[in-house]
Amino acid sequence: MKIPYYPGCTLKSTAKHFENSAIASAKALDIEFIELPKWNCCGVVTPLAEDDIMHHVAPVRNMIRVLEMNKAGTVSNEKRLLTLCSMCFNTLKRSSLRVKEKIDDLDILNDFMYKEEDYDGSVEIVHFLEILKENGFDKINKKVKKSLKDLKVAPYYGCMLLRPKDIGLDDPERPTIFEELLSALNAPPVDWRAKNKCCGSFLTLENKETVAKLGHDILTNAQKSGADMIITSCPLCAFNLDNRQKIIKKIHPEFETIPVLYFTQLMAIAFGLDKELIGLDKNFINPIPLLESKGLL
Amino acid sequence: MPKTIVLDKKSVNFLKKITELSGEIITLCDQCGTCSGGCPVIEDMDITPSQLMRMVLIGDQTVLQSKTMWLCATCNTCTVRCPRGLDVSKVAEALRQTTLRQSIDKVKIDEIPKEELAELPQIALVAAFRKLTS
Amino acid sequence: MKMKENMVTVYIMGEAYDVPDSSTIITAMEYAGFQLTTGIGCREGFCGACATIYREKGDYKLKGALACQTVVTDGMTLAQIPFMPSEKPIYNLQEITADINTVKELFPTIFRCVSCNTCTKACPQDIEVMDYIQALKKGNIAEAADISFDCIRCGLCALRCPAEIVQYNAATLARRLYGRYLAKKSPEVDESIKEIEDGKYDKELDDLTKMDRKTLSEKYYSRETKLR
Repeated sequence: MKIPYYPGCTLKSTAKHFENSAIASAKALDIEFIELPKWNCCGVVTPLAEDDIMHHVAPVRNMIRVLEMNKAGTVSNEKRLLTLCSMCFNTLKRSSLRVKEKIDDLDILNDFMYKEEDYDGSVEIVHFLEILKENGFDKINKKVKKSLKDLKVAPYYGCMLLRPKDIGLDDPERPTIFEELLSALNAPPVDWRAKNKCCGSFLTLENKETVAKLGHDILTNAQKSGADMIITSCPLCAFNLDNRQKIIKKIHPEFETIPVLYFTQLMAIAFGLDKELIGLDKNFINPIPLLESKGLL
Repeated sequence: MPKTIVLDKKSVNFLKKITELSGEIITLCDQCGTCSGGCPVIEDMDITPSQLMRMVLIGDQTVLQSKTMWLCATCNTCTVRCPRGLDVSKVAEALRQTTLRQSIDKVKIDEIPKEELAELPQIALVAAFRKLTS
Repeated sequence: MKMKENMVTVYIMGEAYDVPDSSTIITAMEYAGFQLTTGIGCREGFCGACATIYREKGDYKLKGALACQTVVTDGMTLAQIPFMPSEKPIYNLQEITADINTVKELFPTIFRCVSCNTCTKACPQDIEVMDYIQALKKGNIAEAADISFDCIRCGLCALRCPAEIVQYNAATLARRLYGRYLAKKSPEVDESIKEIEDGKYDKELDDLTKMDRKTLSEKYYSRETKLR
């Protein structure tokens, strides 16, 4: 299947390994990502003020590209837009629903973007995890070349995949989609308390200590629950949980570091894909010793 | 310490303004405290999310001086748990916007050290600038 | 016999003036008696000094243009923007890298872009300004350099930007980085430099510098005919 794909800014630089491993894993499952021919930053966070229509321009502009792709025949009758980054998923989906519910807002946006084709509200935002589920986790299981049975993985959902309810792709309090994926990869999922606790998000700029505190709680909870590593689907969570371990270690010298991977990296490892595509050298806390000790590299 | 609540025109207008900006019917709040109970950053806040709701409800504009609205990372934990279906993160955004729209920035971009700008991923910069600059 | 010119009325900073309908904004202003000392340069559309904003009769859109390249219309209201206040980051091109980190360090404000596309609409050079800002946001410096290539730094994009970004300075950085680090290296240039260093052209240059004016002049004016 071919599906329009929205990468987002960070997946083109610091989270390039997220994109590479996702595209390669999807390819192994006969899912082809067709990147939007032209796209702009979604804005990362959704505007929450009722009168703020301006900040919906960016997400809607990307949805117009999906219509253009269908018109040009780059994809055939596929109005779903696939995202990898949780924040892009959340922001795009919230805007897509807002303009669907508030037709007046859509009229204002279309009028403002008079150089673009009119948007009709028909694009649906989906996350890669949803497509994997739709495609069937059994198909993933069939592609596994290296069993992850000795690897205890704590799936970290964070906020943007789950909340608010009408946006989330799973139950906001007791999600299971990551666990289903992990089981398909033969990795025993760790059940833990902090799986949907906020990492601090953009507070990482102004309130590093707050983020370190949250990170410390999340990471140590994973460790206490027996996890060897954590997986995520958000480059900001990844930064706060992975790179910020440097600060956590400074505040809590007894803290033991723990690798944080994108879930697609783990898929690529299980599928036995090329090292280059997995990009383990780009993770801040080096996961290679752990993976080697489990015989996975 | 007992506090006198003055429901003058100014306070009523403040509640009205935040209600319009947030789209939330703040008067529905029961003060049950579920939002505060689940808030991941409450330790660093000076007033709790439920106190914030109460202050808006009584039109107390000193709420704009509190740290709380700037610490809300819109994780929406309170949103999914509120028994009255209220979204506190939208109220926090309305309060932030009330300040930002006077061209008062919470983050001074010029003052962020270059090493930090280089270290932070784009996603962090875009998000923080959206929420913390006017 | 002088051809009779039709006159149109334009409003320069609110004041009405009758000017010939074939005037550009610059010539219209001069016709109206303005002595332009700033906001004017090459008069050929290359220097970017004469940025102007205007509205046409019956159109609510605020447009941007180069005054030397735009013909007036009846009822046009206009004002010149002779200078765009902006802060320029200082950098040493030899010490920075052609990647996203440099963009984040030197132009953090571009991460405030809301994709409204107002910059693109304002650009008199028809550059997709928003697209190069987005390319920079993704760290794609080569693409930003390519899209912004025709920029003449008139400043209209920055004037109209709701996020207060100084787009043209970021574009200049992209093109400098491209030229310094990303452009394909030409082996011919290195060869030529080596030839110069080895003294291959020393004699020729020496002959030229010693040549008397008459011979030099003859040689100069015959160079193109020789090429044919």
